[in-house]
Amino acid sequence: MFSDIYKVQLENIFEGPMDLLIYLIRKNEVNIYDIPISLITNRYLEYIEWLKAMNVDIAGDFLVMAATLIHIKSRMLLPVHEDSDEEDPRQEIARPLLEYLRMKSAALQLNERELLGEHTFIRSPAKTSGAGNLQDREIRVDLFELIQAFQRIIDNLSPDIAIDVVAEKLSIKDRMIELIWLLKDRGSLIFQELILSLDGKIEIIITFLAILEMVKRNAASIIQHTDTGNITLYLNESP
Amino acid sequence: MPELKSIIESFLFVSEEPLTLEKMKLALPETDVKAIKEAIQMLKDEYDHRKGSICLVEVAGGYQLRTRPEYADWIRKIIQPFAQRLSPAALETLAIIAYKQPIMRSDIEHIRGVDAGGIIRMLLDRKLIKILGRKEIPGRPLIYATTRHFLEIFGLRDIKDLPVPKDISDLGKPTVEAHEMTFPNNFIPTPDENT
Repeated sequence: MFSDIYKVQLENIFEGPMDLLIYLIRKNEVNIYDIPISLITNRYLEYIEWLKAMNVDIAGDFLVMAATLIHIKSRMLLPVHEDSDEEDPRQEIARPLLEYLRMKSAALQLNERELLGEHTFIRSPAKTSGAGNLQDREIRVDLFELIQAFQRIIDNLSPDIAIDVVAEKLSIKDRMIELIWLLKDRGSLIFQELILSLDGKIEIIITFLAILEMVKRNAASIIQHTDTGNITLYLNESP
Repeated sequence: MPELKSIIESFLFVSEEPLTLEKMKLALPETDVKAIKEAIQMLKDEYDHRKGSICLVEVAGGYQLRTRPEYADWIRKIIQPFAQRLSPAALETLAIIAYKQPIMRSDIEHIRGVDAGGIIRMLLDRKLIKILGRKEIPGRPLIYATTRHFLEIFGLRDIKDLPVPKDISDLGKPTVEAHEMTFPNNFIPTPDENT
């Protein structure tokens, strides 16, 4: 018995009580208009028990359905008056089941259509494909990532550059102005390339601080490429 | 004046959305609707006769040039649609909304027997459904309907064009319905004044 239920779980993951019920009805090959309520209720409860045994959290929906089934089962046991116009208690479950099946079939029919963006395409590519190339998708970076990139560059510097003493004074402000000119000229700067073009640790640090300052002042933004890891600096539109 | 069907063809070529008859009529005030319709039909026949990769379809209340399904694999070599799968659960929810609209969330959940909140949000994000308003009953719950974009994606002329769902009493053999579909991920929001 339990191995039987076990097999059920392997081939199916039921999203809700309706799915489980449909599965049980199909598996037991019973007529939906004439559900052997006792059999189906028992199977259903066995399944719930099994879920409990597997320590699966049973959603309340499953229990509500269990209660409904038991309620129908008990009503079936009551004698029905000959002249009573009371409907078959099983209608309570058969009707929603049929409705659900109808919608399931409708979903399948929709899925079989020639879908825009999958089977058929229109000229405007923005509608059917992603905005731009996948490779151009970018994520915003935080300062930690920027600092890490900076650290990697410092680590990669050869020692002789590191001991270079820079005599001339370069201020962060001057560097910012230079960077803004560069950005206005080129549109964007790749951080790694920018740093490698510089001479000496002091200049790199000044440049780095200048970038931080610009980002802080909202004059520029930094964006990291998802694939290459390149950090790019952009000038913000001045308000 | 150039041929009417060629003018219409140029309209269709530049239109980003399905082009309605009304819009064509506005651009061609001298021409009567019947002539426009005939020209469209002629164009349609021409595309069909040519057996090229493009066809003229009637969709979402308008007309649109689309590629034929046979070329989908080739097209994917050049534009890489950023497709994301719509789960069977999402598809079912969408079908329920499409057939029963306008519909409240509780009615959707009643049919599927499970919570629909997450799926509804996702369908809203993808512009496949929209909030139509609120139902004037206690709690004033939101009611949902499908969008024009939904019609475009599924190639439907209008809501009445939805396939008639089969009444299933024969449940068939127990099969797992693991049908999935792909969907372009980013949709351009389209004005949804009419669905």
